[in-house]
Amino acid sequence: MESANYDAIVVGSGISGGWAAKELTEKGLKVLLLERGRNVEHIKDYVNATKAPWEYLHRGGRTYAMEQAYAVLKRDLLNEKNLSFWVNEQESPYTEVKRFDWFRGYQVGGRSLMWGRQSYRWSDFDFEANLKDGIAADWPIRYDELAPWYDRVEKHIGVSGSVEGMAQLPDGQFQPAMPLNCGEELVASRVKTGFGGKRRIIIGRVANATQALEGRSACQYRNACWLGCPFGAYFSTQSSTLPAAAKTGKLTLKPWSIVTEILMDKDHKRASGVRVLDAMTEQSTDYTAKVIFVCASTLNSTWLLMRSATDVWPGGLGSSSGELGHNLMDHHFRCGAEGRLDGLDDKYYYGRRPNGIYIPRYRNLFGDKREYLRGFGYQGGASREGWQRAIKELGVGAAFKDETALPGPWMFGATGFAEMLPNHANRVGLDTTRKDKWGLPVLKIDCAFGENERLMRKDMIADMAEMLEHAGARNVETYDHGSYPGMAIHEMGTARMGRDPKSSVLNAHNQVWDAPNVFVTDGACMASTACQNPSLTYMAITARAADFAVNELNRRNL
Amino acid sequence: MNESDAVSSEISRREAIRRVSALLGGIAFAGGSRLLAALEQPRPPINGAYGKFSAEDIAFLDEIAETILPATKTPGAKAAKTGAFIALMVTDGYSPAEQKVFRDGMEKLDAAAQAYKVSFMAANSEQRLEVLNKLDHEQKRVMDARALADRHKPAGADTEPPHYFRMMKELTLLGYFTSQIGCTQAQRYIETPGRFDPCLPYVAGEPAWASHA
Repeated sequence: MESANYDAIVVGSGISGGWAAKELTEKGLKVLLLERGRNVEHIKDYVNATKAPWEYLHRGGRTYAMEQAYAVLKRDLLNEKNLSFWVNEQESPYTEVKRFDWFRGYQVGGRSLMWGRQSYRWSDFDFEANLKDGIAADWPIRYDELAPWYDRVEKHIGVSGSVEGMAQLPDGQFQPAMPLNCGEELVASRVKTGFGGKRRIIIGRVANATQALEGRSACQYRNACWLGCPFGAYFSTQSSTLPAAAKTGKLTLKPWSIVTEILMDKDHKRASGVRVLDAMTEQSTDYTAKVIFVCASTLNSTWLLMRSATDVWPGGLGSSSGELGHNLMDHHFRCGAEGRLDGLDDKYYYGRRPNGIYIPRYRNLFGDKREYLRGFGYQGGASREGWQRAIKELGVGAAFKDETALPGPWMFGATGFAEMLPNHANRVGLDTTRKDKWGLPVLKIDCAFGENERLMRKDMIADMAEMLEHAGARNVETYDHGSYPGMAIHEMGTARMGRDPKSSVLNAHNQVWDAPNVFVTDGACMASTACQNPSLTYMAITARAADFAVNELNRRNL
Repeated sequence: MNESDAVSSEISRREAIRRVSALLGGIAFAGGSRLLAALEQPRPPINGAYGKFSAEDIAFLDEIAETILPATKTPGAKAAKTGAFIALMVTDGYSPAEQKVFRDGMEKLDAAAQAYKVSFMAANSEQRLEVLNKLDHEQKRVMDARALADRHKPAGADTEPPHYFRMMKELTLLGYFTSQIGCTQAQRYIETPGRFDPCLPYVAGEPAWASHA
């Protein structure tokens, strides 16, 4: 009979949960890893990974029926190719007080299968920002405390990138960088000389291995990562943390396991385990453990806390601070500029690099002072246009066809990725009037961007146009496609770390103040968003918290 | 079996398919959703036709596509079965309002050939090219004017269906350049490049790389 008793339980098998499982098992703990969705086996279950474009019925596009079934996903990512990695919205609805695009992946690996893989360290400009600006809660950690854990994570997951020596974007343990293409080199060299050296175009730091790692090949430049990689070349739970955890012989992975609540000891000072609802049989089972790692993804982790220990704290576990569910954040993006590059028509590239350029933040740093707080970076790249350019062009017939089959002009474009300030009013709660397929009251989300974000977007658009003009691009066009919270899939906050139990849900080691053997180490713990993609930081924070938890267990403090 | 039993058994069949789809993974979802569609709105296949498109309609769409992208040194849109793809995409991908614009557009296009006192199907290739050239100028005028008028609309705001010939042209380009012929003969397709060369000499006339996913 299978055991109901473990050293540690990890809730969620995505980017953070995979790291918790790896670290805890490697340190000798017997770990139960719970995943609410189906299993996805590495390589074997990447069923579309080697399909050619013409092998999809709708060539990868979306159908009207899909749009009806995926009212949220259709706002951006809906497609035929990796639809099975996105949540079934009928089974798992949520309530939007204001529009919030919640793009979820309920399966083993979570969104590590479809993530954008951009991996940037944060710096003390980010960890000190709340304190310096006098807003929200000060981060209880600084860069120096996290740096060794960034090292550990980068070495394991394989991050390719260039060493740049920029204080706002610390260098890491990089594999060889992917190169800029000739269009990007052109723009990068001109921008470098134009803005007092403050604006730099570098290659993206990306969790695609450029050198083989254990059990993983180097990137084959197919640019089909989001279907699952048959070479295991990008970091996912399946390619990286799950095999490491499984190798210890200490891991039990249970898919179809919805954690309905965290169970508390009689004295309510600590958790005793979790209650699991089998998503298929709807049978309930209790599991016990000494420590619980909640890594269900930002909003799912908070949702679980809100359902737990409600006999003691009506708002749920961690609500005594008054901050549980509050300070929901995301990045805002989808605005910038693009332009045409001349003089490179005799140049082309080979291979599909699954990565672009990055322009690290330069606003409100090194003496720059704007009318808003914080800043933004850019992500984008240069390429020659494909056949799609012909849709808007005039022409039918033989010459039109043959011309369309050739590579088009070189274009360079980039979008800003910008920080959103924490705001107590941006919050989530339980919608007791509505239940999901398994009878759980759904999450209600009430979140909007504010004035600081709106002011920043003017610079995000104007600065990119200015850089392109400076680089000699032609037909520079600005755009703002509109951004809604959630859409960047960098949702953060709602159970923030802090220095004071009265203003934060978690302490400096990600322990729930009210139950020190419960750790929350995913995006829920974030006290601010910086403007860098956050996943690398979740991994580093998780590894650090796992190390602390095991030390505390060994010292019999937990 | 009473009516409510029939309903619940139908629900459990659908549920079973959903779960099997989920268990099998991505490919099964596409298959699963087609199975579901078959359960929910039975649509008998007619000689390779789709939805409201007959075999004659598809032949008509093939000729439109072939006129836009004819056989040159590489095969044309008809060889890539673009007409059938267009019919499928209009049936499965378009809203009812868009479908109506498209269907009406097929009639308008045929009527435009009456300038030569023939149907589009009976017109010769020069006549077809002239008809579509005229419609192409018309759609570009309409769509450019609309883009100008809409440029201050908030992103994601509802827009009216495109001009029907923009639809036909877009679906022809999509259907052809993502087909096996379009990817491997008109363009160059390499499933696994194995390396990235950031800057290579480009010799005029070399086709573009087709994308993977």
